[in-house]
Amino acid sequence: MEKGKGVMGSGRRWAVDFSDNSTAPSSRDIPDPPGFTRASVDQDDSNLTRQKKDAEANWKAQKAWEVAQTPFKNLLMMGFMMWMAGSTVHLFSIGITFSALWQPISALQGVGKVFEPYKDNKVDLLGPKLLFIALNLGGLALGVWKLNTLGLLPTHASDWVSSLSPAQEVEYSGGGISLQ
Amino acid sequence: MAIRSFLILFLLFFLSSLHPILSLYEDQVGLMDWHEQYIGKVKQAVFHTHKTGRKRVVVSTEENVIASLDLRHGEIFWRHVLGPTDVIDGIDVALGKYVITLSSGGSVLRAWNLPDGQMVWESTLQGPKHSKSLLLVPTNLKIEKDNVVLVFSYGRLNAVSCTDGEVLWKKDFEAESLEVQQVIQCPSSDLVYIVGFAASSQFEMYQIDASNGELLKHESAAFSGGFLGEVSLVSSETIVALDSTGSILLTISFRNGKISFQQIPISNLVEDSLGPAVIIPSSVTGIFAIKMNAITMFIRVMGEGKLEVVEKTNHETSVSDALPISEGQQAFALIQHAGSEIHLTVKLAHDWDGNLLKESIKMDQQRGLVHRVFINNYIRTDRSYGFRVLIVMEDHSLLLLQQGAIVWSREDGLASIIDVTTSELPVEKDGVSVAKVEHNLFEWLKGHMLKLKGTLMLASPEDIAAIQSMRLKGSEKSKMTRDHNGFRKLLIALTKAGKLFALHTGDGHIVWSHLLQSLHKSEACQHPIGLNLYQWQVPHHHAMDENPSVLVVSKCGPSSDISGVLSFVDTYTGKELGSLTLVHSIVQVIPLPYTDSTEQRLHLLIDADKHAHLYPKTPEAIDIFQHEFSNIYWYSVEDDNGIIKGHVLKSKCTGEVADEFCFDTRELWSIVFPSESEMIIASVTRKSNEVVHTQSKVIADQDVMYKYISRNLLFVATVAPKASGKIGCVTPEESWLVVYLIDTVTGRILHRVTHHGSQGPVHAVFSENWVVYHYFNLRAHRYEMSVIEIYDQSRADNKDVWKLVLGKHNLTSPISSYSQPEVITKSQSYFFTHSLKAIAVTSTAKGITSKQLLIGTVGDQVLALDKRFLDPRRSVNPTQAEKEEGIIPLTDSLPIIPQSYVTHSLKVEGLRGVITVPAKLESTTLVFAYGVDLFFTQLAPSRTYDSLTEDFSYALLLITIVALVAAIFVTWILSEKKELQEKWR
Repeated sequence: MEKGKGVMGSGRRWAVDFSDNSTAPSSRDIPDPPGFTRASVDQDDSNLTRQKKDAEANWKAQKAWEVAQTPFKNLLMMGFMMWMAGSTVHLFSIGITFSALWQPISALQGVGKVFEPYKDNKVDLLGPKLLFIALNLGGLALGVWKLNTLGLLPTHASDWVSSLSPAQEVEYSGGGISLQ
Repeated sequence: MAIRSFLILFLLFFLSSLHPILSLYEDQVGLMDWHEQYIGKVKQAVFHTHKTGRKRVVVSTEENVIASLDLRHGEIFWRHVLGPTDVIDGIDVALGKYVITLSSGGSVLRAWNLPDGQMVWESTLQGPKHSKSLLLVPTNLKIEKDNVVLVFSYGRLNAVSCTDGEVLWKKDFEAESLEVQQVIQCPSSDLVYIVGFAASSQFEMYQIDASNGELLKHESAAFSGGFLGEVSLVSSETIVALDSTGSILLTISFRNGKISFQQIPISNLVEDSLGPAVIIPSSVTGIFAIKMNAITMFIRVMGEGKLEVVEKTNHETSVSDALPISEGQQAFALIQHAGSEIHLTVKLAHDWDGNLLKESIKMDQQRGLVHRVFINNYIRTDRSYGFRVLIVMEDHSLLLLQQGAIVWSREDGLASIIDVTTSELPVEKDGVSVAKVEHNLFEWLKGHMLKLKGTLMLASPEDIAAIQSMRLKGSEKSKMTRDHNGFRKLLIALTKAGKLFALHTGDGHIVWSHLLQSLHKSEACQHPIGLNLYQWQVPHHHAMDENPSVLVVSKCGPSSDISGVLSFVDTYTGKELGSLTLVHSIVQVIPLPYTDSTEQRLHLLIDADKHAHLYPKTPEAIDIFQHEFSNIYWYSVEDDNGIIKGHVLKSKCTGEVADEFCFDTRELWSIVFPSESEMIIASVTRKSNEVVHTQSKVIADQDVMYKYISRNLLFVATVAPKASGKIGCVTPEESWLVVYLIDTVTGRILHRVTHHGSQGPVHAVFSENWVVYHYFNLRAHRYEMSVIEIYDQSRADNKDVWKLVLGKHNLTSPISSYSQPEVITKSQSYFFTHSLKAIAVTSTAKGITSKQLLIGTVGDQVLALDKRFLDPRRSVNPTQAEKEEGIIPLTDSLPIIPQSYVTHSLKVEGLRGVITVPAKLESTTLVFAYGVDLFFTQLAPSRTYDSLTEDFSYALLLITIVALVAAIFVTWILSEKKELQEKWR
């Protein structure tokens, strides 16, 4: 699908889309030819398809768990990078920390999209999703922890009083050595 | 780990490269700084115009300066500033090539090479007792082919060789209580007369052989009336003196060693009595001048002691000494004031009625009266005599008059500044005149062409010079309006002469000057002395329609209970808005932190009877004052009897005259230092206008320390009375220095520390929560600087982040000195190489920028020293976190980095004070150092982090932007083309 579009986009005169759109009839904009009934085909090999579908669902579930575990690798890599960066504020450590913060956030935003291909009525995606979210939250926590070790989080008293102006004084006193 | 340590190293390198570097490049000199050289009020002037070549005048001044000035332009050829104790008693030119100076009460005689001012020799003269010191350089008196200088000092007459300063002979006059008046050389013989008074009624005359110092004759004669003050020499063997009542003129002749008196009562000469007379000292043959009140009389001495009044005038008059011109003739100059003009008359001594020269010169009223006149002659092309006259005015300025015009003038009053304050310039009004722009358009274009050339390195040496002079003379910096960064201001300076000057910070030119009428001698005020300047009105809200003004506080005489004078001067125009001669004295002036609706600052003046007087005297001011009445305190440091007293305002004055603005005060506390062990030598407080950004100090590991910031803190230093003298007069065991930090509201001593084996002089500066002071350590034989920082321990437990986040803390609530917070102090001492003349600290608009100490060194330079070097938390091996915080490893002495001299290669001769003023730009502070010279510059203690520096390459920025835009266009076109091609394939 993607490829076909890409080819079309770059100036080919014509192209044939071989992908099977039959599973999603609603997406078709061309009406079926006269005399062709989709239902009869489906009915013909319904047994076969059920088996196939079960296998597919299993496969999807397996895949979804795999996908859910991917942030773990990321987490390890981030941890290593952070250790490399040290605890002083400079370009490298800030870059790493912010990417460590950004990656989980963007991943969390796209949770739905990540699990889209494995969406199935028979597949329970809640478990993988929760794992995925948990791992990403772990990544986020790692990023925040790093931010804190860099001293960029206002968790100390000093961060709140550093620009506190001096208190006013009630009394005023002046004078000194008498003018000569 | 290796990478981490590498990164740390990299970071450290990065940080060290950020360390502020204060030095400037050669071509930046004079860009933001200016330096002006002055000499002070001229006491004596000797012309040197005989030889062909550069005509010059050698002067000595009241600021103890000897200088050689160019007679054509008034520029300084060379100049030497002697120390503050080295007062010059006399100068003269000997042999036509040496300038001889007698100084330090007649104990130091020096010869300077006339063309370049190098010292040729110096000799120290001593004698049995203190006396007036006189210098005489006799013409053609020789002892064994040596030209001789005669010096009378310490009751001894010395003959000193001109060539090497060796004392050839000396003669003591110790036996008699002789008060020497004149040393007179007889023309045409080697005889020297010494005349003086003994026991106030005895006239003494000694005749001495100048070739060997032998006493030839000693005569004395008694005069029952006594003598008064000065004498006037009317011939080489006759002087005129006054009796002790000032009503009888005495002509004393000692011809051939015989003394004869001629008494003539002044009432015989003039009909009406005008009070006691004073002789105006001069040395014109046959003529002398006396002054009675405002009347000046010129009296001619006829033969046989007869006197004749030749002129009587009630104009202010000054006379010069006699100038010998050809064949025994003497000329002298006379200057009389008449309205806005002065009349210069040059006469021959023996011919009063004929004038050699008579000129009228328009004179600026702001220069006051003529105080001294020095005359010199030159030969005109038609072989007649021309005269030039050097005059010293009341405001200490020096002017050269020649051919009826002022050839040049020098504002030497600026050499003796008493106090300085600053004022803003007027706000720029909208609408720039078009004509001005058009006029400058060509210049502007030319300037930019030159600059472009310079940037592209195409400029020839002349072009570079032109660019440099353009940079230095930029009209932008000497504009008369306020600028965005607050660099342009007016420096208002009060001088000893009672003149107020406004200097522009851009290039140091005088915007206006005003001789204060209130500081003018008058019947009510005999000896007015200017004391201090205060900012009276600083309009912010009414900046467009109100002018700022300053308050000049002065008093009528040296004693403390004499009445004071206030005058108010508009700082835009220099007009005196008004002046008040007060009925009470002024001992202290306390500017209060309150202003009225016209933004006039309330001032409390304390008189000698400890009454407080409120100014301005308006009902509104009293309303504001009543509101804060119970919270206003004042303290007095009585350094002569070692007491510090705190006072509180009590009630309205209970005097005979009801005065709403006068308040009685009551003593609240006192700290008495034991007089046998402690003597106050220094006291310092914070500057009242200092802005502090924050009350907390974040230290390593995000810990917080709370500064104890109070305006009511006083630093006092006391020394053992024995050790109050010069360094080296006591042993370390019997000298100590004690410093105190005192709360001036409650009298509580917050901190006390004793430095054993140390002594003064102490110079100190107080800022925020720290004080830095400088003293001498006798044990180490070195100067030391110490720092004390005060922290508020009672706030230290404010560490709960949530309370701080939610604002549930009392850190910003008003505090009272009576709450007696628990304080801790940290201190540390370091060796320092220099002795000090002044110390100050940089101040910025918001107080965020780090501080630098400005140290006026003994070499008359100003050194900037980072406060970080005076941090009591410095240690020998700071931890990693402390290093990151910027703590410098501890060293025993403070480093002096040659590049951190603010004055770079220049000297501010006779440095007396350094003031700093914040600019509007937070990073920048303005520094003004004054003494005999003036120096001004801008400083950025943490570099200019909020603006682009002068050397920022705008060209590079522009080129980069243009190149980027071009690159975007090119790539865009290329990509378009490629896409099109792809589509067509």
